[in-house]
Amino acid sequence: MAGFIFKRLLQAIFVVLAVTLIVAFAIRLSGDPAIMLMGGGNVTEKDLENIRQALGLNRPFLVQYLSFLEGILTGDFGKSFMGGTPVSMLIARALPATLLLAFASLITSIILSVPLGIYAAVNRGRWPDQLIRILSLVGLSFPNFWLAIMLVLLFSIVLGVLPPSGMEGPESFIMPALTMAVILTATNVRLVRTSMLETLSQQYIMVARSKGLRDRVVLYKHALRNSAIPLVTYIGLQFGGLIGGIVIVERVFNWPGMGTLAFDAISNRDYPVLQGTITVLALFIVLINLLVDIAYGLIDPRIRTE
Amino acid sequence: MSDKANRQSEALLSVRSLSVAFGTGDEAFKAVKDVSFDVQPGKTLAVVGESGSGKSVTSLAIMRLTDYTGGRITGGQVLFRPDGGEAIDLVKASDARLREIRGNDIAMIFQEPMTSLNPVFTVGNQIAETLILHQGLNGREARLRARDLLQKVRLPDADRLLDRYPHQLSGGMRQRVMIAMALACNPKLLIADEPTTALDVTIQAQILNIIRDLQAEMGTAVIFITHDMGVVAEMADDVVVMWKGEKVEQAPVRDVFAAPQHPYTRALLSAVPRLGAFTGQPLPKRTPVMVMDGGVAKPVGGTHEQDTADYTKPILQVEKLTTRFDVGKTFFGRVTHRVHAVEEVSFDIYPGETLALVGESGSGKSTIGRTLQQLVEPTGGTVRFDGRDMEAMSQAERRRLRQEIQYIFQDPFASLDPRHTVGYSIAEPIIVHGLIKDSKERTRRVHELLEQVGLQPQHAKRYPHEFSGGQRQRICIARALASNPKLVIADESVSALDVSIQAQIINLLMELQEKRRLSYLFITHDMAVVEKISHRVAVMYLGQIVELGSRRAIFENPQHSYTRKLLAAVPIADPQRERAKVRIEGEIPSPVRPVGQEPAIHRMREVAPGHWVAIEADSLRGAA
Repeated sequence: MAGFIFKRLLQAIFVVLAVTLIVAFAIRLSGDPAIMLMGGGNVTEKDLENIRQALGLNRPFLVQYLSFLEGILTGDFGKSFMGGTPVSMLIARALPATLLLAFASLITSIILSVPLGIYAAVNRGRWPDQLIRILSLVGLSFPNFWLAIMLVLLFSIVLGVLPPSGMEGPESFIMPALTMAVILTATNVRLVRTSMLETLSQQYIMVARSKGLRDRVVLYKHALRNSAIPLVTYIGLQFGGLIGGIVIVERVFNWPGMGTLAFDAISNRDYPVLQGTITVLALFIVLINLLVDIAYGLIDPRIRTE
Repeated sequence: MSDKANRQSEALLSVRSLSVAFGTGDEAFKAVKDVSFDVQPGKTLAVVGESGSGKSVTSLAIMRLTDYTGGRITGGQVLFRPDGGEAIDLVKASDARLREIRGNDIAMIFQEPMTSLNPVFTVGNQIAETLILHQGLNGREARLRARDLLQKVRLPDADRLLDRYPHQLSGGMRQRVMIAMALACNPKLLIADEPTTALDVTIQAQILNIIRDLQAEMGTAVIFITHDMGVVAEMADDVVVMWKGEKVEQAPVRDVFAAPQHPYTRALLSAVPRLGAFTGQPLPKRTPVMVMDGGVAKPVGGTHEQDTADYTKPILQVEKLTTRFDVGKTFFGRVTHRVHAVEEVSFDIYPGETLALVGESGSGKSTIGRTLQQLVEPTGGTVRFDGRDMEAMSQAERRRLRQEIQYIFQDPFASLDPRHTVGYSIAEPIIVHGLIKDSKERTRRVHELLEQVGLQPQHAKRYPHEFSGGQRQRICIARALASNPKLVIADESVSALDVSIQAQIINLLMELQEKRRLSYLFITHDMAVVEKISHRVAVMYLGQIVELGSRRAIFENPQHSYTRKLLAAVPIADPQRERAKVRIEGEIPSPVRPVGQEPAIHRMREVAPGHWVAIEADSLRGAA
């Protein structure tokens, strides 16, 4: 197991390196931050050159990239081009907001999708199954920004029960988390259902029934753990997509998270902030997937011994 | 009359006019029709039948487990008298009452030991679960009791086994765990659904012994579901024969074998390959098979001696063939363990001859077949086909060899592409090898092949799912013959078939051998089938041949201790016969070894012309 984790950590370092390299390179193709900073007014080439000099942008790309990497090792992501705030401080403020939102929606989706998926599997082909599958299709079909706006219309404007934006108090979590959770639940329900159907047809489930165990024990003890591997795999994969989706949802709800930070950084060509946020998010995605691999072993002893 | 009434009232379980259906309305499939039988306390009732006979559904319906498979009990009663008192009708019992009975008064063992234990819980945990549920033991008490149970089913090192997971155990060990689990609460009735079918024959013998011993010790009644008449003869007191969902015969075991009443029972018994049936005969022999035709058993085929082998020049020469696979690597990718699947195996096959390769799991018999078919690269040794060295062959010659050596797999369900017509599957080898360019000519050839294997030309347009298992295996044979091979490797090709179908396929293979002078490498674990079909036999154990000789030499004068053990383990379909005195013990060892620990290669000794036996360590010591 230790060897396995070590191997995965090595892989993780390469993944993060690759991500930072691509991001640093790609953003430099998108335009000159100096022009953005000057606001496009009456500037001479000399002024722009001075700014580039001040920001260190006149150095060769490789030198800029290596100094960025050097900074990462010491926890220093540089300073924002806009206002000079250290990037690490911006991230420290935005990361908890995003992680809280991500986990809130993930947990909501698990709480909803596992029982629903199991219920659909047990009632395969009957109306509860049909209903759950139709609802899941509906959930999959909503674009999340549209869903977010509809929620705001309903709960904030018509009913006036929830704050339309910002992160203040637990109730402000409800709409953004729900928006994200709907699409996650819609896919996870199908996954749990399919995986449960597969497990329920196994011989050991019949053996468990022949022992006189209650349905609940058969389903939640004997079947669920065997069905969990695909779900856990998918949640690991979803996490990447979740981060992508969060950018949009954070915009709609004006959520002070990594998505908003990254979005603004792209708009302003704020290299250090963008590089910093993407690196940190990539680290998290890699970390989550490492946890998923470890979770496999905890769930299934057959993987543990390999 | 009064005697019969008495018996009935004593019965532990009385199944009365039980019917089970799947689906509803007009499309309902009646799997079990009006079946009745009694099980007496402490006795064994065997329910025999072929696939689709309804025997397994019956066994599930007793505890109403059919509820979970989409089945419905449409009529009848299942009267259970746990304490000889008032009978409970399990068909009408409440779910709560049923749960009290399941696993406590009635327990069940299933066919597939590999899948009947939950992979994510420890063995101890799974046995303890029943004890905690039904006996109200706490965790610690249940664990102690689970350990006792593991010792009872003769599993060594019970303490450590408790914390093992199912995948760490062999099939035989898992089935013992399953038995321990089933017997945990001292059930009055044990339902065993094909409990040894998936096991190797020496392991089967041990499991049957354990069930028999524990039954005697605990006074458990057993319903033994099986298709194997040999197992029936060894285990049963009474027999119920099922056919197409109905009970067609019920009698004490001796009567069923001595004087079968129903034509189906007679057909079934005539199809059962019986070890020792060909004693004294030098050649394999085709014999008529009884086939059910509109309610009567009719003999099909005649008696022919299989005098087809031509011993002048071998078609295949295998010399010191070795095939190993790397498994287990260190962090840096260094190989730590290897599967020594085949170790320096040598044999010849002659034109028109059937050489049987017999052995249990891990003996390497299938790997030899795959190596010859070039599905696996050999690690060492030479293979000559028609005098040509396989290793020295060009790509084109190797392709040609794939045409001359064909393969028939075990599972006729998995080895035909479900999305192609049967005709296409048969024509494919002809196209691939460019044998017939003209498409009309090719269609004619496909039709001809279908007729040769006993099917009809119009079947070519159908898809595999429209055929039964036996028909599919015929299609696989037609496909194998399509490229005009000289050697056919049949890897457990009849093992998955019902005995009556099996007997017909064996006859077909023998008939084709005579017509086309085919050579067969017949890979199987079934000794009785081997005795019927083969000219010569090679017995494999742990990747090496331990005995090789003519069929008579192996069956009538076995020399190696493993051959003897294998023969002794085969259940014989004859209840009159004394049970073998030899107690078979021990697991089949693993062919996986750490790198550097090579297995010792047996030296072979010719005890009679053409009869080779590996020299055993014991006899070596004896000589010294």
